[in-house]
Amino acid sequence: MFKHFINLELKAFFRSASVGKSIGLKILMGFLVVYFLMAFLVLGIALYPLLEKSFPNQKPIVIVNSFVVFWLSAELIIRFFMQSLPVMNIKPLLVLPIKKAKVIHFVLLKSLTSIYNIFPLLVIIPFGIFCILKGNYVTINILFWMLAMYVLVLIVNYANFLIKKKFADNIKTFLGFVILALLLVGLEYFEVFKISTFTGVALDNLVLQPALSLIPILILGGIYFLNFNYLKANFYLDNTLQSKAQEATTTDLSWTKRFGEIAPFLQLDLKLIWRNKRPKTTIWISFIFLAYGLLIYTNPHYKDTPAFFVIVGILMTGIFMLNYGQFIPSWDSNYYGMMMSQNIPLKQYLASKAGLMSVSVVVLAILSSPYVYFGWHILAINMACATYNLGVNIPILLFAGSYNKKRIDLEKSPFMNYQGTGATQWIVGLPLMLFPALIFYGVSKIFNSEIAIIVLAVFGIIGLGMRNFLVNKIAEGYRKRKYETINGFKQQEN
Amino acid sequence: MVQVNQLSKIYNGTTVLKIENLEIPKGQSFGLVGNNGAGKTTFFSLLLDLIQPSTGNIINNNIQVNTSEEWKPFTAAFIDESFLIGYLTPEEYFYFIGDLRGQNKADIDALLSKHEEFFNGEILKNKKYLRDLSKGNQKKVGIIATLIGDPEVVILDEPFANLDPTTVNRLKKIIKELAENPDITVLVSSHDLQHTVEVCDRIVALNKGEIVKDIQTSEETLQELEAFFAV
Repeated sequence: MFKHFINLELKAFFRSASVGKSIGLKILMGFLVVYFLMAFLVLGIALYPLLEKSFPNQKPIVIVNSFVVFWLSAELIIRFFMQSLPVMNIKPLLVLPIKKAKVIHFVLLKSLTSIYNIFPLLVIIPFGIFCILKGNYVTINILFWMLAMYVLVLIVNYANFLIKKKFADNIKTFLGFVILALLLVGLEYFEVFKISTFTGVALDNLVLQPALSLIPILILGGIYFLNFNYLKANFYLDNTLQSKAQEATTTDLSWTKRFGEIAPFLQLDLKLIWRNKRPKTTIWISFIFLAYGLLIYTNPHYKDTPAFFVIVGILMTGIFMLNYGQFIPSWDSNYYGMMMSQNIPLKQYLASKAGLMSVSVVVLAILSSPYVYFGWHILAINMACATYNLGVNIPILLFAGSYNKKRIDLEKSPFMNYQGTGATQWIVGLPLMLFPALIFYGVSKIFNSEIAIIVLAVFGIIGLGMRNFLVNKIAEGYRKRKYETINGFKQQEN
Repeated sequence: MVQVNQLSKIYNGTTVLKIENLEIPKGQSFGLVGNNGAGKTTFFSLLLDLIQPSTGNIINNNIQVNTSEEWKPFTAAFIDESFLIGYLTPEEYFYFIGDLRGQNKADIDALLSKHEEFFNGEILKNKKYLRDLSKGNQKKVGIIATLIGDPEVVILDEPFANLDPTTVNRLKKIIKELAENPDITVLVSSHDLQHTVEVCDRIVALNKGEIVKDIQTSEETLQELEAFFAV
């Protein structure tokens, strides 16, 4: 049966309208993967000698054990934003004589093939071998320790699965996880209860008592079971178990009328975002990303590389723009044919999208202004980045949209509806962040960073001045590729 | 009103539509019948410029549809549910289409109240999004939406499918009313020969992409068509 599923997936990939773009992204990802594979392998090989040299009084494995919990937390966060969950188009399978359990097992097991599960192995295995060769341990004990480590990684894999689903379903239950995490961080920070010491000691014991590795294995089994149950309960086209057929709320959006001709589209976009889970999560993500600055500005490490602050600034003020903009016009793919046969000036359609993204950039820029606490230049960089986003990045995203042929199914059941929640969405956004950072870097090397900030802002202002002209040009591209787009949007994909 | 010249559509070497010449005069109610894959939806998609013709062109009221967009203001169509916006309520959808067609809220409300019987109390003020309506009710919304803004060309693909018998009769009444208006050209496609004969002045039968019959509706039309489609 699994053979059939794999076969279906391959066909879905290669026969989709956007196969060219997908392959391109895959190749790019391939390079990144190779880079990270090497990096982790080097880390794995160097870790033991390095620790032995730096801390001659302690056993390397003890140090590693006390850091495992940080590693796992970092991994969970990275996976949350980067790892795309396996998806499957279940509708055609629902009435076929296939056991639901089989489909779910397939999906869950498929997630094991994710590259994120390979990276830690490259650290665990070399480090384990070093321990066996040089560490004076019973070989079998270290082997079990390695097994337990890998099982912990897999637990993170499935925990991420579960958390991501909670996040997509209901923001309130997700908040529970956040509060729990903050609580643990707080306890650790104020040294009330050091979870790192606790897990460290537990893992040290595991080295002595290999039988203890049964515990993580049992946890893994448990979390797999939780995932299984969750998916099984949601294995329906509608979502009756969770939200009872949503009652329609009509919101009065007549205030949008003041925006003139783009008002109907603006209303439509607002409803699109508010009434569908997928676009709605982009809003939550935007607010979460506002905290990104805290992570960077407090770190003295980045003090000397202000070009990096540009990336942070673009990301913080433009996160909604990036997440929403790169799926234009796919958000409207369900009814794109209707839009194209209606009396719709494409220019206004695009202007409305641009307006919405512009508002988000302005709002996020205002919300990020308290970072002035870390210095006026931070505020200046962020404002310059916001201007750059408004003037340059928004038109670029709109232009790129005219090549979008991938359908987004807003009405699909929330069962595994995660398109655009993986690493690819960040890669697409990468040039939008790197280019201004490069400009900034270049100009600040030649002159100084004040001039670099001004240059960024000037780029943005020029773009804003040309907005009308650009949108007109871009609309022509949409018109030209209309047939391909309509055809692409007709394809049902995962 | 609609003039078709040397039109063909070829997918990977297979001709799915080939119409040498077809003229639909203003005010006519035009029925398109044919089996599955006969090319009915392809023809309507070409007429709406959703796909590109391989050869030839369609001229809608002196405007060639694949070179200019000026036909859009006076043409309205409902092809399938993909013409609806699932996350809107029916009222919001009507107002949205109204906005695009330069109608104000009062115009739309007047149109909706006129068709209250057709909706059968299942559409308006029900606090449901379009995606939560049944297929039949979605279709009702789509059909009435084509009437917004007094279009001169109304295109309905398979309007009778999925509807209950009562609604089919009410729909026939609506289409007949449209047909009586000399300014409105109605294009309807269907598998159902009898429904089409009842509402259309002229019926064209397609088979494998080509016109095989072109008849003005009369008493004998139904028998003639049934004989043609008989096994």
